[in-house]
Amino acid sequence: MAKKIYANIPEGDLKDKWSNYKAHAKLVSPNNRKKLDIIVVGTGLAGASAAASLAEMGYKIKSFCFQDSPRRAHSVAAQGGVNAMKNYQNDGDSVYRMFYDTLKGGDFRSREANTYRLAECSASLIDQAVAQGVPFGREYSGYLRNRSFGGVQVSRTFYSRGQTGQQLLLGSYQALMRQKEQGNVQLFARHEMLDLVLIDGKAKGIIARNLDTGKIERHGAHAVILATGGFGKIYYLSTLAMGCNASALWRAHKKGALMANPSWTQVHPTSLPQSGPYQSKLTLMSESLRNDGRIWVPQLKNEQRSAVEIPEEERDYYLERKYPSFGNLAPRDIASRAAKEQIDKEKGVGALKNAVYLDFSHAIKEYGQELIAERYGNLFNMYQKITGIDAYKEPMKISPSAHFSMGGLWVDYDLMTTIPGLFAIGEANFSDHGANRLGANSLLQACVDGYYITPYTIQNYLADQIQVEKTDTNHPAFATAEKQVQEQLNRFINQKGTRTAEEFHRELGKILYDKCGLSRSEEGLKSAISQIHNLREEYKKNLLVPGDAEDINSELEKAGRVSDYMELSELMCIDALNRNESCGAHFREEYQTEDGEAQRDDEEFAYSAAWEWNGEASSPILNKEPLEFEYVQPTQRSYK
Amino acid sequence: MKIDLKVWRQKNQNTKGHLESYVLEEVDAEMSFLEMLDMLNLKLAKQGERPVEFDHDCREGICGQCGVMINGIAHGPIKNTTTCQLHMRYFKDGDTIYVEPFKAKAFPVIRDLKVDRSALDDIIAAGGYISVNTGQAPEANSILISHEEAESAFDSAACIGCGACVATCKNASAALFASSKISQLAKLPQGKKESSKRAVDMVNRMEDLGFGHCTNTEACQVECPQDISVLNIAQMNYEYNKAKLKK
Amino acid sequence: MWFIKNAITRKNLMALTGLFLCFFLIIHLLGNLQLLMPPNEARLQYNLYSDFLSNNILVKLISYVLYASILVHTIDSIYLSIKAKKASGSSYVVDKRNRASKWYSRQMMLLGTLIFAFLVIHFKDFWFIYKFGTLPMDSAGNKDLYGLVVASFQDLWYVILYAISILVLGFHLLHGFFSAFRTIGLYNPKYNRIVKLIGVIFAVSMTIGYFVIPFYIYLNV
Repeated sequence: MAKKIYANIPEGDLKDKWSNYKAHAKLVSPNNRKKLDIIVVGTGLAGASAAASLAEMGYKIKSFCFQDSPRRAHSVAAQGGVNAMKNYQNDGDSVYRMFYDTLKGGDFRSREANTYRLAECSASLIDQAVAQGVPFGREYSGYLRNRSFGGVQVSRTFYSRGQTGQQLLLGSYQALMRQKEQGNVQLFARHEMLDLVLIDGKAKGIIARNLDTGKIERHGAHAVILATGGFGKIYYLSTLAMGCNASALWRAHKKGALMANPSWTQVHPTSLPQSGPYQSKLTLMSESLRNDGRIWVPQLKNEQRSAVEIPEEERDYYLERKYPSFGNLAPRDIASRAAKEQIDKEKGVGALKNAVYLDFSHAIKEYGQELIAERYGNLFNMYQKITGIDAYKEPMKISPSAHFSMGGLWVDYDLMTTIPGLFAIGEANFSDHGANRLGANSLLQACVDGYYITPYTIQNYLADQIQVEKTDTNHPAFATAEKQVQEQLNRFINQKGTRTAEEFHRELGKILYDKCGLSRSEEGLKSAISQIHNLREEYKKNLLVPGDAEDINSELEKAGRVSDYMELSELMCIDALNRNESCGAHFREEYQTEDGEAQRDDEEFAYSAAWEWNGEASSPILNKEPLEFEYVQPTQRSYK
Repeated sequence: MKIDLKVWRQKNQNTKGHLESYVLEEVDAEMSFLEMLDMLNLKLAKQGERPVEFDHDCREGICGQCGVMINGIAHGPIKNTTTCQLHMRYFKDGDTIYVEPFKAKAFPVIRDLKVDRSALDDIIAAGGYISVNTGQAPEANSILISHEEAESAFDSAACIGCGACVATCKNASAALFASSKISQLAKLPQGKKESSKRAVDMVNRMEDLGFGHCTNTEACQVECPQDISVLNIAQMNYEYNKAKLKK
Repeated sequence: MWFIKNAITRKNLMALTGLFLCFFLIIHLLGNLQLLMPPNEARLQYNLYSDFLSNNILVKLISYVLYASILVHTIDSIYLSIKAKKASGSSYVVDKRNRASKWYSRQMMLLGTLIFAFLVIHFKDFWFIYKFGTLPMDSAGNKDLYGLVVASFQDLWYVILYAISILVLGFHLLHGFFSAFRTIGLYNPKYNRIVKLIGVIFAVSMTIGYFVIPFYIYLNV
């Protein structure tokens, strides 16, 4: 039986909701804050900014990350920029327009109030980052620079060369380290959360493993914030870091937090293609390359000639052909899907026939190599480093790659999950991006959640916890959770099968790419589910984890993560199968317009699918959060 | 191609390490260096041996978590390239490759190629920030920073914190790391206010943590994946000396 | 205790004393160039100059600064080397780090030690004898240091010892000069280029200058 879920959206007009919320939310007085402990898992932009901001307010924070330093969280890898409504360019930007762009970009599958709040809080973020010393691009006069990004008609993207994520992350990381120095933050690097502990139905702590020693630890708190990022790594080959995982989310899910829209994964169109079976990740090339590069494939199937030998008239600039008004700058989901379509037609290029060309020869002819080098020099260098090919001389080969999870833990307006006291922020929640995220909105969401939303909303919860004693980690709930964690680790070690977690992961990733990736079909999803079943069964019997549990053991770390993927992957397929429509990144082959575009079904599917764990992976319970559009009228997204 | 590997194996901080030989027969030139190590680890796991522990995460050269000495050079032979971005095409069939962890007193070995670089975080904690709380920030464009200043600050800020500078320095100095932060923030008007305190606190912390001093051999910049300039170190010295002279 | 413990402060002292020693090198060379005059003139001139140096109160004061500089520079270098040794931990089995820097930059301690050894000989053979030994007088009644110098440089091995030592000094200066400016905090890229260039010119001219004297005396006097 499905629970009723409430988004707790405040009263009032769209533009007043957040102000109303802040005006009426409960507060914790400064002298009480130091009595309250908060666990923050993850030190990316969302986690670090929340931990730092809350510590500055006076709360006692325990901050966890699996990396060896908080500064390595994968926010660091975001290249392009961060959107914010400053209207510095005087080009007609406004909070409403930004809200609308984001909602439309997400194919009208996100909550109006949340998306509006994202746009509303965006401006302060730039102020904060500048104050922290983030070196954004500047005009000679000293004013901030902007550039434009896919899917919008204004310039609202702020950037630090091609390393915006790194610079923003370092800002929040430094703020976090400052609080550590002041004694408000206890830092637990190289710790992985392996379970969530509930006492009387409330989130009260976590079980974590010290990855350097193998020791299992209990940590109690008055509230837990998960800021553990996305799980695109479930596809094995992705643009994510090797350590990115779904374990914290999934284990919270199994303790009762709902997972929303888990199958919505953004596939980035411009990553480097797989070059061999050993490949461990796909490197992202900034989307900005599409400003000057033209994407094409040969008209002939199985073309054997090299790119430069193919004459102009035998090339198919398919994006320009299909989407004349946006051309090579079509949104990510559309560009990725179009590439897959060409590759499926056997027009792919490269040794594995899995890529399309991104060609700069026209731009070089028009603007000269110097200007192109100035704009993209670092990317061309990176391309040469990885592939050994000089992209000034021949076109780059690019292909789509799993990138961002629009889905995640279901949260209400307070960013609290269905478990009281458990918050999910940043990419870890199902967020504000609907079925497709616009470029440069992910850094924004992570920061806004961490700096400006959680510090307010968590107080609304904590105000009732002031009288509650510090969590006692000797409580039986901790003992039980710890025992379960320990047992699972021992199970992995003792199986002594023949295949490593990574081998299973590769196979799982392939199934998902083929059947729950860029395009999905009922038939494919059903067969994926049965394949995943089989693989999961094998995983229980045939896993090989060398070494032991009481020591540093990277194979054991992977085993836990892949074990969770084995279950989450099925939920993704079930979610994709349930949604008999196409929207944004979710493209069901059965539901497309005559010219092959995504066809939404607002009658039936204008809801977020929040799935509830029901004891085992195959029978989740669907809870629906209807999406009500009071302020915008959903339309057919068109970029033609 | 065939690669002859000599990999540092060390159980923990308290035991002695040694080089262990492994031969990989089917290394592909398109592989990254870390994928080659993955291949080795798969082989070891299948043989029931402990895989080699090594640090890595983003594998696109920005997180700074990877980093080993490859044939005696931090991050290997290609300049301005992290270990994860190094590809096997830069090696030849039959090559012998020595892989050792970064070594410094402040970087104790955890296991095999994995070292504890939390000392770098401690240096940042000592003062590598602008002391501004969330909510205090003024309007962004009220602080004007010229294009050149911003670019110069960015050049310093690009550090990925991998520790190759420490591993390369004959004195295991973290001067390049600490100074890149000190000078980034000193170059920006919003960071100038506390630049003296920052420099003194960070420099003293660096010493307390057991890092050596800088003798300007400039090797750190050469091996830095981000080509961070050694002039940052001079600026750190300037900020430090200025602070001491004022006091 | 900050001045004892802190490496940057110690480095500052090394830089300042080093730069003072550089300044001394110029003065010393200028004085010694008198040795290149025709023998008779040179003898009177050089001995007079030496007498002036050892009796002028100001010069005397500066000479104490000089001795102190040498001592501080030496002691600090030892202190810092020990500290660096501790910091660097265990060594690499295969070590190719030297590709990234100049050998003389890495070997400043070795070069410095050689220079120190040379200074001991240099002081013993000239300064000590002049100050505390017995020397004949020249026709003007000044101690005949010139005679001692000329006599010393009649031995080829002694000339070669000097030549090597000067070369060692040259390399020490090649690194030390610009490094001193960096240490005290010169970070402007343009000025650093200039200082580096001046450093090279300085090191080369000092080397050549000090080289010429023993060879000239050996060959001509």
